[in-house]
Amino acid sequence: MTVGRFRFMDEQRVNLDGFAVEDATLGLLAFNSPADPEPELVVVDGRVTRMDGRDESAFDSIDTFIASHGLDLGVADEAMALDDTTLARMIVDPGVPRSELVRLVAGMTPAKLARVLAVLRPAELVIAMTKARARRTPSNQAHVTNRSDDPLLLAADAATAVAFGFREVETTVPVLGDAPSNAVAVSIGVAVGSPGVLVQCSVEEALELEMGMRGLVSYAETVSLYGTEQIFTDGDDTPWSKAFLTSAYASRGIKMRVTSGGGAEALMGGAEGCSMFYLEARCVSLARAIGAQGVQNGGIDSASVAGSVPGGVRSLMAENLMVMLRNLEACTGNDALMSESDVRRTSRTHPIFIAGTDFICSGFGSIQRYDNMFGPSQWNAEDIDDYLVMQRDWGVDGGLRTADADEVERLRRRAAEAVRDVYRHLGLAEFSDEWVEQAIDAAGSKDVPAADLMVPLTAARLIRDTGITMLDVARALDECGYEREAERVLAMLRARVDGDYLQTAAIFTEEMQVLSLITDANDYAGPGTGYQPTPVRQHEIDTVRQQRSVEDLRAEQAQSRNNRLRVVGPAAQGHDPRDVVIGVSAATGRELWVTLSGLPVNDVIEELVAGLEEEGCAGRIVRINDTIDLGRIGLEAARLAGSGIAIGLQAKGTALIHRRDLTPLANLELYSVAPTVTRGLYRQLGINAGRHAKGSTPEPARNPYSDEAIEARYHTKVISLVAIERACAQVDGAPETLELAARESDS
Amino acid sequence: MTRARSGRERDDITLDALRERALGNDDVRIHPETLEHQAQVAEGAGNPQLAANFRRAAELTDLPDSEVLAIYEALRPGRSSAADLLTIADSLEQRGATMNAVLLREAATVYERRGLLQ
Repeated sequence: MTVGRFRFMDEQRVNLDGFAVEDATLGLLAFNSPADPEPELVVVDGRVTRMDGRDESAFDSIDTFIASHGLDLGVADEAMALDDTTLARMIVDPGVPRSELVRLVAGMTPAKLARVLAVLRPAELVIAMTKARARRTPSNQAHVTNRSDDPLLLAADAATAVAFGFREVETTVPVLGDAPSNAVAVSIGVAVGSPGVLVQCSVEEALELEMGMRGLVSYAETVSLYGTEQIFTDGDDTPWSKAFLTSAYASRGIKMRVTSGGGAEALMGGAEGCSMFYLEARCVSLARAIGAQGVQNGGIDSASVAGSVPGGVRSLMAENLMVMLRNLEACTGNDALMSESDVRRTSRTHPIFIAGTDFICSGFGSIQRYDNMFGPSQWNAEDIDDYLVMQRDWGVDGGLRTADADEVERLRRRAAEAVRDVYRHLGLAEFSDEWVEQAIDAAGSKDVPAADLMVPLTAARLIRDTGITMLDVARALDECGYEREAERVLAMLRARVDGDYLQTAAIFTEEMQVLSLITDANDYAGPGTGYQPTPVRQHEIDTVRQQRSVEDLRAEQAQSRNNRLRVVGPAAQGHDPRDVVIGVSAATGRELWVTLSGLPVNDVIEELVAGLEEEGCAGRIVRINDTIDLGRIGLEAARLAGSGIAIGLQAKGTALIHRRDLTPLANLELYSVAPTVTRGLYRQLGINAGRHAKGSTPEPARNPYSDEAIEARYHTKVISLVAIERACAQVDGAPETLELAARESDS
Repeated sequence: MTRARSGRERDDITLDALRERALGNDDVRIHPETLEHQAQVAEGAGNPQLAANFRRAAELTDLPDSEVLAIYEALRPGRSSAADLLTIADSLEQRGATMNAVLLREAATVYERRGLLQ
């Protein structure tokens, strides 16, 4: 049996995660496996004859595609000749422009780029990412799915995701047959939320392309690449089929990115002894070679595999940087949940979050964990407020914004009703009023018992069989009275004709402007340059719905306003040895009525008086008007008391016992943590003050224990309460005797 | 002015046109000339591979959806013989899709060497 300290440590969440001993033969290492080839490039007459440890005759299909399509041979000699550290420094140096890095990296083999990026330390990765990402303005992508493929809930949640600022929405299905219905429902939902939000439905490659051709989705992402030929083939594709697929999407004017991620090959037992980072370098080189505009990587489904080995989390971030340096859109993982520990998952995301990328998460679960049909994400609906506060803490644009509760309710209603009306209009389904109302209010699919699982399946089959396209959906929206949404759906189809959103890292603003490498190129070149949120955007980042001002607190206190505590006259010197003064602060019963623990301050005074009476003492209430300092309040009160003993009480609930011969900051007992002081403890304080007055032994009183972040919870309130106390206190304010009227006279 | 594959001007892709039932699928499909324009933009932004992709895509704009899906299927591992791939390449070339034809022929050679044929 281990000692208690370790039994206790073993119970912590992080120990649910798996940690692997490095094992190169299984591909279980992040960087620099003995099997990783030395970087090498031999070009004869404009043809690559040897690359990264292999002769042309031994090239596998991935090598062949990269060697014949992926490298800029004009710059290769120069780039391959530079040593790793020199290149790594150039990547971090703000004086070397992004365009120069892009030019050189185009001539580097996968092994070379992997070697160079392995040199960078975490803080250097942050700077490099800030500089190397394609688009100036960061953004974020949401997952919107649910367990029942409920079209009404999908639409309501899609509109909600847009309200929180997401500019791409990815859905998928637990039931493959439901896919077309999900695509339509989410497209309608985002159109309710805003113009210009991109939508995809992640399914098998061919079905995804088919939905794209019908206009049912506006981008694609589930086009997977792998770093070894065997695993690539197991994935039922080749570099040539993927290259063709990439062109197929572009031929229909549809944005597309590919997916890869370190650890995938090890997970599938086919890493061939290579490091995760080297294999990912091959994927990213191939992505560039086949002409994809962008890559979703950073582990993705295998993020926890990378997370299980030393340096693995750093390699996930370095993968993203590799994409940026290949001049591609970087959709930077932070997708599948890679740890049970909140600390670890935050640590994994944080450097990327502060650097900013084209899409911080390649799937922030905007719905609850249980409804995420990709599996729980690194970030979920449970964490939206955390994420918004993190943006505010660092002044960083992570792509999200605070949404107003009333506005979200309005959007959810419109989205659910639009799907109901369009599905009815197109003859796809009927929804009960009960279902609609449940979907609007739902925090997740468990709140929609009225959902019928057959409805999406039937609707999806009808969409497929009758060849419904997005033009039909736009027309149905218009004919059902959703003209604005019809226009937004049509605008996304018009964007296909324009083709501008095929360019690297393209998203749309709410005004349907394309932001991309072309129109919004990242121009970071050191402090004072690069992306800076506009004042309007900064205000969105800074303004969280939980923030409170002094005026908010004043209004909250005013709800408990009453006139039970009344002035009866100036306070006189007491002479009775049983006279104990309860000195209250200047705002007590004038501006403040409730303590931090939520107790009415009148009740606190009643407990104190009752405690004194138990000891045969008389409690006299005096308001001390010339100071806000509790020590001074207590001391002044003690000097007025016949017994020389007083209780000092601030309206926020902090209390102490004082004696007339002590200095202000010395006191007999102090209850400093006002939020945790209970009625019973105030009674005990009264009893102890009485015993001090009589010279008998007080009960040792202890501040109640708490492991909560009491200060985080209350300090802002304390500042407001102190400000109100200060406004009530006057330098020459004389003490006043108060009486606490009986309860019946509560106003 | 950008035109859709049908020739309709992009500014004429409107709700009114939709209401008049004047919009068909070709009115919301990209024109090959637009893809050529985007290819030039990509080249200017340091990505010749993206440009090549847009040019291959321009060649595919005239192919029906079903044929595009069928060629993709034929290129997946173990689906085709070398002859099958070469037949598709010839057919593409005859219709002016020369870059895609090159891609298919390259696949036939590499698939043979790497055991990816049927």
